Amino acid sequence: MNQDDLAYLAQMLRRRSGLALGQPKADHIENRLAPVMRRFGFKDMESFVAELRHGRDAMARAVTEAMTTNETSFFRDRVAYEHFRDTIVPALMKRRAATRRLRIWSAACSAGQEPYSVAMLLDEMRLRAQGWTVDIIATDINPEMIARGEQGLYSHFDVQRGLPIRRLVENFAQEGENWRISEPLRRMVTFRPFNLLDSFGWLDDVDVVLCRNVLMYFDQRTKAAVLDKIADILPSDGYLVLGPVETPQGVSSEFEAADGMPGVYVKARRALPRAIGA
Amino acid sequence: MKSCLVVDDSRVVRKVACRILSDLGFDTAEAEDGVTALEACRFHMPEMILLDWSMPNMTGIEFLRALRRGQAGEQPIVIFCTTENDVAHITEALGAGANEYIMKPFDREILEAKLAEVGLV
Repeated sequence: MNQDDLAYLAQMLRRRSGLALGQPKADHIENRLAPVMRRFGFKDMESFVAELRHGRDAMARAVTEAMTTNETSFFRDRVAYEHFRDTIVPALMKRRAATRRLRIWSAACSAGQEPYSVAMLLDEMRLRAQGWTVDIIATDINPEMIARGEQGLYSHFDVQRGLPIRRLVENFAQEGENWRISEPLRRMVTFRPFNLLDSFGWLDDVDVVLCRNVLMYFDQRTKAAVLDKIADILPSDGYLVLGPVETPQGVSSEFEAADGMPGVYVKARRALPRAIGA
Repeated sequence: MKSCLVVDDSRVVRKVACRILSDLGFDTAEAEDGVTALEACRFHMPEMILLDWSMPNMTGIEFLRALRRGQAGEQPIVIFCTTENDVAHITEALGAGANEYIMKPFDREILEAKLAEVGLV
């Protein structure tokens, strides 16, 4: 792939998804895009990118989806789930005792492993059994991933990465070689394709936002814009959970680190206005 | 160095598993059936056993029951690694004292994830 095509792809991906390729490697991009290229009947990358430049939306969408699909697994980064179960949920249960309602958003849910991991934890904590209403909203830019999440069907490789065997037999039913999430857990999660560059207006208040391993692919300006929009939908006592290598520090002043929970952030306490004449 | 006994009647599976476990810092030993494995455990009890189900002489589940019955004190962690991939077998294994369960075919990533589940990596 020549430098000009590479630059065009990088610019198109940034515009459509916010994805910043940094120093893109042609090999890496060609590997990711080869199946898309073949699907659209092209034999070489040059003619494929040339057609892409003509503005074929279906192709551009397929390229964006292929480049933004990330590896994930159930209970990925175990420590984040321990914070969620041991600190975040108990704190919110106290604060929301009057409404008995929790809204959790998995902002880049891939094929559903993250929202279903959350659903399993909340089920083990018996929230619904205690009369709580739990809404887990799961979004991803890739509609194919959203469809997989809605199906809740996983291969035996998927369910053996991060999922203890007891949780597998308690929460999944076997279907041939695959495993399907149980219906009560599936009903806890609402899936929807969504681009983080778009308006968050439809989300309303969310108590916990899980936006893990996404911001790291954005440039500074896009990171700041996404973090500011998250701040808008998060109440003053809500939580933002990021990936282990991500931080809002130096990007957005809306958040500060939560005490004793690396990777977890709360809304920044605004400086109180100084008294006149003080 | 943590020790692991790989119990499987397939030489290839034993070789693959031992190579991965060695890479992960385990001291490995092999047994081709339950009887040999029990003898090996009497001689030296490993910290972890990777255990196949269907084997000649003594199956994996028979071995596990004998192991859990016979030893007082510190018991090794047992991870089944088998093609018996249905819920009935998994439940039976957990009931007999298995700590984790790998459904074959497996790869390094799965083995490493399961070792993490039982706190060994």
